[in-house]
This record gives sequence, C-alpha cells and structure tokens, in this order.
Amino acid sequence: MSDNTKIPHIKSVETRHLEQRESLFRGLQNLDRRNFLKVSTGAAAAALAAGASNHFHSFLPVNVAYAADGPAGQGFSFAYISDSHLYVKKTNERFVRQLLRAVDDVNKLDPQPDFVFFGGDLAQLGRKEELDLGAQILKSIKAPLHMMVGEHDWFFDMGQHWNELFGPQNYSFDHKGVHFVVLMSVQEKDFWTARGMSPAERMHTVAGLDNAVQSAFEVGAPQREWLKKDLEKVPTSTPLIVFSHSPLYKLYRPWNFWTDDAEDVQAILQRFERVTVLHGHTHQVLTNRIGNIQFQGMLSTAWPWPYAPQGLPALTVQMNRPNPFDPNDGLGDGTISVHPDGLVDMLYNLWNRNPMQVKASYLSSGGKSDVPVAPTLASY
Amino acid sequence: MNNPTFLALILLASALAAKADSQSAAPQQSPVAPASGSKTVKLCDNKTTVQVSNDAPKTRAEGQKISDALMAQWKASNPNNNWVKDEVEAHQVVVPADNSKLIGTGQSSTYGTVTPQDVQVWKNETYKTAVYGSTVFHSGDQLGSEIAVSCDMCHPRAANTHPESYPKFQPQLGRVALLRDMINWCIEHPVRGKVLAPDDPKMRALEAYILAQRKGVALDYGKR
Repeated sequence: MSDNTKIPHIKSVETRHLEQRESLFRGLQNLDRRNFLKVSTGAAAAALAAGASNHFHSFLPVNVAYAADGPAGQGFSFAYISDSHLYVKKTNERFVRQLLRAVDDVNKLDPQPDFVFFGGDLAQLGRKEELDLGAQILKSIKAPLHMMVGEHDWFFDMGQHWNELFGPQNYSFDHKGVHFVVLMSVQEKDFWTARGMSPAERMHTVAGLDNAVQSAFEVGAPQREWLKKDLEKVPTSTPLIVFSHSPLYKLYRPWNFWTDDAEDVQAILQRFERVTVLHGHTHQVLTNRIGNIQFQGMLSTAWPWPYAPQGLPALTVQMNRPNPFDPNDGLGDGTISVHPDGLVDMLYNLWNRNPMQVKASYLSSGGKSDVPVAPTLASY
Repeated sequence: MNNPTFLALILLASALAAKADSQSAAPQQSPVAPASGSKTVKLCDNKTTVQVSNDAPKTRAEGQKISDALMAQWKASNPNNNWVKDEVEAHQVVVPADNSKLIGTGQSSTYGTVTPQDVQVWKNETYKTAVYGSTVFHSGDQLGSEIAVSCDMCHPRAANTHPESYPKFQPQLGRVALLRDMINWCIEHPVRGKVLAPDDPKMRALEAYILAQRKGVALDYGKR
C-alpha cells in the first residue's frame, strides 16, 4: 500500500483496487497471526480510504479462515502454472501473454515458493518451436522448476523434443520430508498407425478434447512397475504428493477427464497414510477424495474448460462460470501450502476475481468443514 | 456440403444403368469420343461418364457394373464424400428426433402418406446441417480465426453454450442477445475471426449443431 503513495501519476479506481487486492492476497501466503493483523488492517484502511468497502468485504472471509487454522510458518509452499497451450508467437500471442502473466505471478510471490511446478500442456500442437518458446519463458522463473508432460506436448514427436528439453517424463524427488512423484499419465494406445495418420494428424486428433478417434489416457503397465519400485523403500508414514496430467480417476471419458488404469495406480498409492494427487488437464477447480487419496485440479493459463456433464465428484465445489466477456476469467495459477503432516491446502489464484481455497481439512472431513464458497453461477 | 444427396445419387446412377440401352447420352457432350459400337452413360452430376459396349448383355449384373464404375469415378474425384461419417466418428453429434412412427400415416392430403424415404430424408438432411456445424465448430480455419482458436477449445461437445437460455439480456452487451449474437461475439473476440451474416450457411450450421447438442433440455429463455 505504501508504494502507491510514492508513485506520482494518478491511478484509476480499478488499478488501485487490484493493487490492494494483490498486496493483501500476496501478503497472506505465509502468515502468522501478527502479520495477518498487519496486512488485513492495512488493507482495510486502504480500502475504506478508497471508498471501496464492498471490495474489502468480498475478500475478507477467505483470509480469516486461513489465518485461524493456517500452517503458521511450518511446512512449506510451492506454486504451480499449468496448461499454457502455447502456439508460436505469430500464430497466437494471447496464450503467450497469459503464460507470461503467470510467470510474473510466481516471481512476485514473497517469500518465494520452494519451487514452481508446471502441470503439462506447455505447447498446443507439440511442435519444437512451441516447446522452445515455452522453455524460454519458463527460464525466467526465479524458483527451481519441475516439469510434467501433457498430451499436447507429446503426440507430435512422441515426447522426443520435450525429453531433450526437460529430461525424463516420469521421475521422483524428496523435499522437506515429502516424497514427490511425477507421472506421465497421458499414454494412449496406438490409434494412428491403422489409420495411416501423419504425426501432425495424430497430434491434431489428441489435441481435440472431444475427439473420439483417440484412445483413453493411461499410465501404462511399465510405468506402474516403475512406480511400485520407486515407492518400495518409502515408509507408509511419509507423505506422498503425486503429479499426473490427467486426473488419476475416472470422471468423464468423452473428454479424457480420465485415466484408464486409475484403479491400478490408486491401488499402488493406497497403502500410504497421506496421499495428494495434483493434476492438470481439466482447467478448473476440481476436488475429489477416494479412500485416503486427495485429488485437486490445477487452473490453466490458456482457457477454462466447462465442468463435465456427468461424473463430477460430490466434493467438488465448482468455480463460478467464467465470464466470456472477460478474456482471462476462469484462468490463473496457484500456490500450494504443504502442512507439516504433508496434506495440502490448494489456493486457486483466479485472475480477475477473488481467489478460492480448497483445504485439506475440507477433504479430510468428507466435505463437512472448511467448505469453499458455492458459486453463484454453476455450470448449466 | 458439395455433394448434397449421396443416396439420391446412387439411386439415380442405378436407374441410369438399368436403362442404359434407351438412355444413351448425346456423344458430343462426352469428353471422350465414344468407341464405335458403344454408348456413353452419364452420372446425374452431368460430368462423370463411362462407355458401355452395345453388345453388353442387358442383365442386372451388367447394370450394376456400370453403376459401380460411375460411382468409383465419382468417389475418386470427390475424396471428401464421406465427410458426415468422418466428422461423426471424431465428434459425436446428437441425432435428430425419430419420426418413424409417422410412416404409413397421413390423410391422403397434399403430401399423401408418409413414406420411409420421407423420414429418412428428413433425418439425413437435418443431421447433415448439424454435422456441418460440428465441422465449423471444431475448425479455427473454417471460423476464420486469426489465432488458431476454435469453439470446441472452450466448449467441448458444445458444453456450456446453453442455447436454451436465449434470448436473454446480456449486461455486457447492454441488450437482449440471441444465440447467434453470442456466436458472433465469440467469433469476433475469443476466436478473432470475422462476424457471420445471420443467414450465412456457417452461422445456420453452428446454430443447428449447438441446438442439436442440447436436445431434450427444456427451453428457459432469460435463464442466467
């Protein structure tokens, strides 16, 4: 807030509101109670001074809830960016701008997240130029970066260039007591050879979400074996965070909101006490729990998907229907706070609207406590 | 789109073939001069022809051969002739209402009794308009997008297009919008193409596809 007064030129009401909102929101990332009071009081004063009390109230409830049961400096946090679907710049500069906005978002986080995770579908049609452009943009992220592959990155050259840029598509690492696993969950059975498709045609088919010619996504037997082996030495008390591009459960097959061998993968994860699966692909706030596995979706920076007409998990509180007149509505990125016990609170940083938080306690309680605010305008 | 009545074509080709002896086309219209002792048989597209020997036996099998030869030529020069089947294989399009209960009914008035062919034609022609709409809906090129964006990128299977909710007041436009106003808005802004005239075949087809995908949903104009 104090920065504003130093800037000589006059700012519009909207700019000032967005800046206040931004500083409040960013200030909440890693709060103890004293800092909470400082931030919220500052924001309240500024908001009231600007005559914008309605704005202040509109984001207050999120903050109170967070401050009351927040991790209070323990655990750690990381940020994510997902599903940027880049074309080359001369084809479509809009998606490029939107990825740049997300990079700015994570670079502005203070304190910085421990790392940034990219959730897949960096490119739209898997071309070398698209992936190179994405890699170049992501280089300006200050925190360490972990990558996951999506089907849009893969099916032009079957991952060749992605692998050259970012390394193997499935891997694991440990961070502050949590075991992280990154899967390649968008393998598809060969539908292209029999049809005599070119690589471009194969990619184009997979790129159509509602294209029924393609096969279902799967992790596949070899990778499931790799996963079993990777987890062999990990004690069941170690918290597990798994990344998959497609949701590791079966939601809606016509859009491949689906992993065909999801049950087999879940069976491998089920013996761990605390498991979180974070996925891309669905471009929306999406929440599920199966046994002790908690699932959370990631937002896209390119475009939002509607909710599937069937199969929506009961625990999902939909994000408000995106406003088509607002080009960046329903898009965003997010931060993930990892509790000392290893479960995560997901903060959906929706651009152009108030953030939405889906807490581990909401899922652990089976939807009884910390229920996110219901949308005014749900899917039709 | 270019080949409107595939079924009719086959029927006509067969009919031509069966009556090959009496229906010989004028030789001067044929691109190839007929060999002596043969006649030219022309397909209903007025372009495709085959030569049939005058000695050819007047049997059904022989007629079928002529018909097949004509169709083979036509298919080779119209590689996109299976566009409906191809499109439906990739993108599910809801089929129109089944009117087969009407077959054999009617009061012998102007249109007489409803035949199976009537029902088939109604269904095929209606479905084809929706399927054409699906091809436009899924193609940035057909939509004239400058940024390779197509409708399905936000609306897979036309989800969240809610045609049943129009007309309704659209505060962002400051007026009441019809479905086609919203289609044009999307074409102009997220898709970055040129708006379509209300009677543009692509606009009509897009409306047909979007409405087809919401078959069975009650109309509820004005719904937010």
